[in-house]
Amino acid sequence: MMKYYFRTEKMTVGYHKVPLIEKIEIGLEKGEILTLIGPNGAGKSTILKSIARQLALISGTVFLDDGNLQDMSGRELSQNMAVVLTEKLRTEMMTCEEVVATGRYPYTGRFGILSESDRQMVEEAMELVHVTALRDRDFTRVSDGQRQRVMLARAICQEPEIIILDEPTSYLDVRYKLEFLSVLQELRKEKKLTVIMSLHELELAARVSDKILCIRGKWAERFGRPEEIFKQGYLSDLFSITSGSFDEENGNMELPAIKGEAVVFVIAGGGCGRNVYRRLQRQSVPFATGILFQNDLDYPIAKALATEVITAKAFEPISDKLSECARKKVDQCKKVICCKKAFGTFEYANQELLDYARQSGKEIEMILTDGEPEKMKQIKKDE
Amino acid sequence: MRHSRKMRYIATFFLLGISILLFVVLNVCIGTVAISLRQIVASARGQEIENSRILWDIRMPRALAAMILGGALALAGYLLQTFFHNPIAGPFVLGISSGAKMMVALIMVFFMGNAFKVSSEALITAAFIGAMISMGFVLMISRRVSHMSMLVVSGVMIGYICSAVTELVVTFADDAEIVNLHNWSRGSFSGMTWDNVAVMAGVISVAFAAVFWLSKPLSAYQQGDAYAENLGVNIRLLRVSLVVLSSFLSACIVAFAGPISFVGIAVPHLVKSLLGTAKPILMIPACFLGGSVFCLFCDLLARTMFAPAELSISTVTAVFGAPVVLWIMIRRGREKT
Repeated sequence: MMKYYFRTEKMTVGYHKVPLIEKIEIGLEKGEILTLIGPNGAGKSTILKSIARQLALISGTVFLDDGNLQDMSGRELSQNMAVVLTEKLRTEMMTCEEVVATGRYPYTGRFGILSESDRQMVEEAMELVHVTALRDRDFTRVSDGQRQRVMLARAICQEPEIIILDEPTSYLDVRYKLEFLSVLQELRKEKKLTVIMSLHELELAARVSDKILCIRGKWAERFGRPEEIFKQGYLSDLFSITSGSFDEENGNMELPAIKGEAVVFVIAGGGCGRNVYRRLQRQSVPFATGILFQNDLDYPIAKALATEVITAKAFEPISDKLSECARKKVDQCKKVICCKKAFGTFEYANQELLDYARQSGKEIEMILTDGEPEKMKQIKKDE
Repeated sequence: MRHSRKMRYIATFFLLGISILLFVVLNVCIGTVAISLRQIVASARGQEIENSRILWDIRMPRALAAMILGGALALAGYLLQTFFHNPIAGPFVLGISSGAKMMVALIMVFFMGNAFKVSSEALITAAFIGAMISMGFVLMISRRVSHMSMLVVSGVMIGYICSAVTELVVTFADDAEIVNLHNWSRGSFSGMTWDNVAVMAGVISVAFAAVFWLSKPLSAYQQGDAYAENLGVNIRLLRVSLVVLSSFLSACIVAFAGPISFVGIAVPHLVKSLLGTAKPILMIPACFLGGSVFCLFCDLLARTMFAPAELSISTVTAVFGAPVVLWIMIRRGREKT
């Protein structure tokens, strides 16, 4: 059996002795990133708090480096594990540097005076997450993204072996989300830091995690590598997605498809059709599309939004039978939208399809560019 | 930046220290009988002066009592604000002073006959019991209501109940006692003896040392329970210590000088603005000194403004303290929006 650095054994967690999630088994090697995913209220925070010993375990054991986490003294625990929670850190008249320095608490003496090496550690931590420039700013007056990074620096100052993060990216914009997660990866590389966190952003979870734990109902339903978890249909099921769809393999989210007989046929391919599909969805127009190769960029979105997708096998020529099928579909539609400027050698079937539509007198809309966004007129202040 | 902050801390402590010295001298000098600085120096050297008894037996112990109790009061306020994460908490608004007052009044009237023959220790014990009873109620309520202002409102209500009981007791007391009790129950530093000063200096310095000893865990506690716990703080133990210490400090003040309002809320905030930080290790000593200055100043006014009539100390502290509380609430309201 593999030896894990961090391990839970039949861990059951909950509030007031009422079990919420039972018999969780996690095994992590040093330096791995584990992400907890699951619907709102599934108990991700409960699990994180239980691991961090803020909630008493109902049963089971948590091991860190073969030591039982429950047996550690408060100081030992604080030197091994740091947390960044959804609760805001209260501060009063504290600069970001002072907040980071509070992470040195487990290492300072009776009165908490920082030594020279403590200061250096604070310096390094701020450097690592790029918040050195914020050092003299009041903690309450920095942006959410900056605050979250300061919190991370504070946690790093604790020199933990393992770090617990509860939805660390929730209020961050896309730039800070990516930045935050890349800092985690840096930490893993430089300090062999093990990370346990919860994320709402599934597409990010799939990219950053080494292991994923899926929580549903009373159980931690699946535990494994992202490629084992992100299988067709599983996450839609986990989150009980009923309106719209989530495409596990590509990380695409689409709103519900429009039902009914297709009235428009979209000729697309190579990614030029996606935006048209979404526009038709917004306008509540049911549509069919094709002929798309299975590995086409447009294909996953077409699958999610179109009433019917005429699909060709990847890396195989389009058969006459399939072309015939597409022509029939065009016959049923009132209108044809063509998104292609020009057709490639292996798309001759689509070229023929367009010609066929023209000959049979269908209304044809050509979309040759994505269009330019209208630029807002800038009003000069001095006028 | 770091350097300038350090300078600010030093300047604040220097300012507070000088102010204490200044106000002790003023408190001793000014009064119906004026005593000059030269006379004080002469008397201290052992020369015979005219008003030696007024100087050494009345004004000096009174000034020292104002200094010690004022400091303790501000510290109690600071601890309660930290404990409840509530900027307008204090021994007076939370009804803790009133609880202590009630117990002291009961002891005085029912058991001892003559109020001022009761030993300091017995008074402190009674006041401590009363303070803990009020604190118990406040804690019970604080578990149910999390809203900051509701906590204060319930504290004020507890205060009213205790005051009503005290009034009732006073009504049934003998005439002679009423005068004493009445003065005391409104809060006053008058009638302090050297014995009183010795006892309060002893117990309060012990309490102060204990509070200072807790300054590191307090700094973590300020950040919120979850984060403090993660830093290895024993939250439960710390909470109990905070409750006991703040009640004890409040009790000492009430036992000697009766309930005094607003010092506990106003001083920590003023001191915090002076220091520019909320770090307990600096705030604890600075609050104590600030409370001393504030009470010395207020007692000076209470004694001299309408001399020979004396105002109750709370009248003066309220005049200067209440606006500070309003200022805090307005500022916080503005920050939130």
